[in-house]
Amino acid sequence: MQFHRTFRRLSLPLALFLAAPASAFTACQITDTGGIDDNSFNQTAWRGVLDAEDQLGVSGRYLESEAETDYEANINSLLGGACDIIFTIGFLLGDATQSAAEANPDQMFSIVDFAYDPPLPNVLGQVYATDQAAFLAGYLAAGMTQTGILGTFGGINIPPVTVFMDGFVYGAEYYNDRHGTDVTVLGWSPETREGLFTNNFESLDDGRAFAQNLYDEGADIVLPVAGPVGLGSAALANELGVDELMIIGVDADLYETDPERGHVYLTSVVKRMDATVYQVIERAMAGDFSGGVITGTLENGGVDIAPLHDFEAAVPAELMAELDEIRAGITDGSIMIGGQ
Amino acid sequence: MSVNESLDAARDKLLQRAAPDRTEFEDLVIVPLFAFAVALILGAVTMLATGVDLATIGRSYVALLVGSVGSVNALSETLVAAIPLVLAGLGLALGFRAGLFNIGAEGQILMGGLAAVIFGFTFSALPFVILMPLSLLAGALTGAFYAGIAGWLRAATGAHEVISTIMLNLISYRLLDYMLSLPWVQREGRADPVSRSVPDAAELPRLLEWLDPNLRLHAGVFVMLLAVAFVYWLLFRTKLGFEFRASGASPDAARYAGMHASLIIVIAMATAGALAGLAGANQVLGVLGRATPGFSAGIGFDAIAVALLGRSHPIGVLFAGLLFGALQAGGRQMQVDAGVGIDLIGIIQALVIVFIAAPLLVRAIFPWGFRNRQKGTHQ
Repeated sequence: MQFHRTFRRLSLPLALFLAAPASAFTACQITDTGGIDDNSFNQTAWRGVLDAEDQLGVSGRYLESEAETDYEANINSLLGGACDIIFTIGFLLGDATQSAAEANPDQMFSIVDFAYDPPLPNVLGQVYATDQAAFLAGYLAAGMTQTGILGTFGGINIPPVTVFMDGFVYGAEYYNDRHGTDVTVLGWSPETREGLFTNNFESLDDGRAFAQNLYDEGADIVLPVAGPVGLGSAALANELGVDELMIIGVDADLYETDPERGHVYLTSVVKRMDATVYQVIERAMAGDFSGGVITGTLENGGVDIAPLHDFEAAVPAELMAELDEIRAGITDGSIMIGGQ
Repeated sequence: MSVNESLDAARDKLLQRAAPDRTEFEDLVIVPLFAFAVALILGAVTMLATGVDLATIGRSYVALLVGSVGSVNALSETLVAAIPLVLAGLGLALGFRAGLFNIGAEGQILMGGLAAVIFGFTFSALPFVILMPLSLLAGALTGAFYAGIAGWLRAATGAHEVISTIMLNLISYRLLDYMLSLPWVQREGRADPVSRSVPDAAELPRLLEWLDPNLRLHAGVFVMLLAVAFVYWLLFRTKLGFEFRASGASPDAARYAGMHASLIIVIAMATAGALAGLAGANQVLGVLGRATPGFSAGIGFDAIAVALLGRSHPIGVLFAGLLFGALQAGGRQMQVDAGVGIDLIGIIQALVIVFIAAPLLVRAIFPWGFRNRQKGTHQ
């Protein structure tokens, strides 16, 4: 008994000492609400740090934001030299990141979905031309719909969310122009900038309810742009069956990250935050980090649509050929999204 | 029986009445301490069960301590997290004393905070000495009004405040979304529901910025301390406070004694709402600088736990709020250092409440520290 007690007394500090990480470079990440395991937005960005852990030998730490009040506090607790670079994930962290970056000019920051104007010298923004990939998804969905009605809804009415919805609507409209069809998209109007929003990035119940409403209005393909909220929509599609309702995933390839319901995803609008986060870590480690913006596009692979997986056989070959043609058109600039 | 003996007995009786009862002390101090200890142990068991190894558990509790009291920044973060919890908790404690179970602090926080922001940016030309206090006052008054609705419904129609405050919470969420989208409230150039920022003159000034620009401790800490003193004075030193407590202890007796039960309900709810509104104002003027849909962040519900843990006593609420603030600040460090999810903090908080609510269970687990009592002597 005495031995046991002594052993326990000794083993804890020893274990603490041994477990202390001895890595040269530390990358820290602050998620948006929704959690690190959201199968979508935050998880994709965190993937970039995990890849860097594997391949570059950095050590990664993360901190989840449970509410918007956490942003500043979370950044605060990562300051003080523990992190070589701090990633803040999401547009809504823009203000908190800016004030922290200004107060700590020697700390490297990188923020996803935000570009400062004028740029801050110690913040590298990662932004994405997501409308290019969403355009392809909209075109594909318009070609696949049975009812002639598509649906979309967003988490919060902020640019990095609505850019998906813009591309989706324009893609469907482009299909209409080419084929003389009359496919409509419910849930977003690029002209009035108004549409359906759950006003959160957490509630799976909202995801189900919004998809149900769109389905009741006749939509048979729905694009939820709200991180994990879309998992609720996928659960509904899983129950109804893919003949009734298909889902288009966002951020990650949801077929891979949500394997239980993988078969309901027609495709996903992939935003390769993992690739850009990794790239930023590489730059920071090499010492050529500077403030500014890096942009993910269809051309550099920063955005794309995911493979069709189970739907490979269901999508007609000519539709796939048209998609390739459009992809080339967007890349060389002959197709302007939204006519701009 | 000698004269001396009977005098001793009489003196003991008087002393017992004057000094806080031993049982009360045990309930107020020892039970919460043990409850917290058990919660930490069960938290460790939870971590073990989810595959966290012992070293990480040790590291996470060290981080919990370091992150809550281990540095100036940690103390500052603990206080920042504690301020709204204490303010809202005081309001709820006051309600509990008056026999009102107010679940509506969340909604009152939202409405109070929104009012403070709107007042702040609308009258942005006013100087700091006027604008900041008036913005706080706007928050308190709006919170009081919003809670007063539930109080009035209870007094006038008998609608139970548990139900009506829950419903008012739901209304407040949507009302906030709506208000934040109005052109004169919404921030320029944004399409999502987010309010304009309040001017510097409306903000609760940060107290330690001269030491380190990252220290967020703000003047709300004085508001919190004043509120603790005020609620103590109100409850235990005024006629109104006596009426609150009397109605809470026995509504019928209070009524027979000539107290206006309906009026007391409305006033108690409104005071509770004012404190919750102040908590909301404190968040937007001290921490955020603006209002967003999620700015209450569940504080109104955590505050219920704080009020229960503090045994509805202002001083108890202060310490309970500080403990919860420390858990929040330390929980963050725990996630950073040990990679243990912040959800565990929620589990520990919940366990604390479970054991607080079941003092007999705590007494059964920890027989030490409690005076053996004979059957039938308590209460």
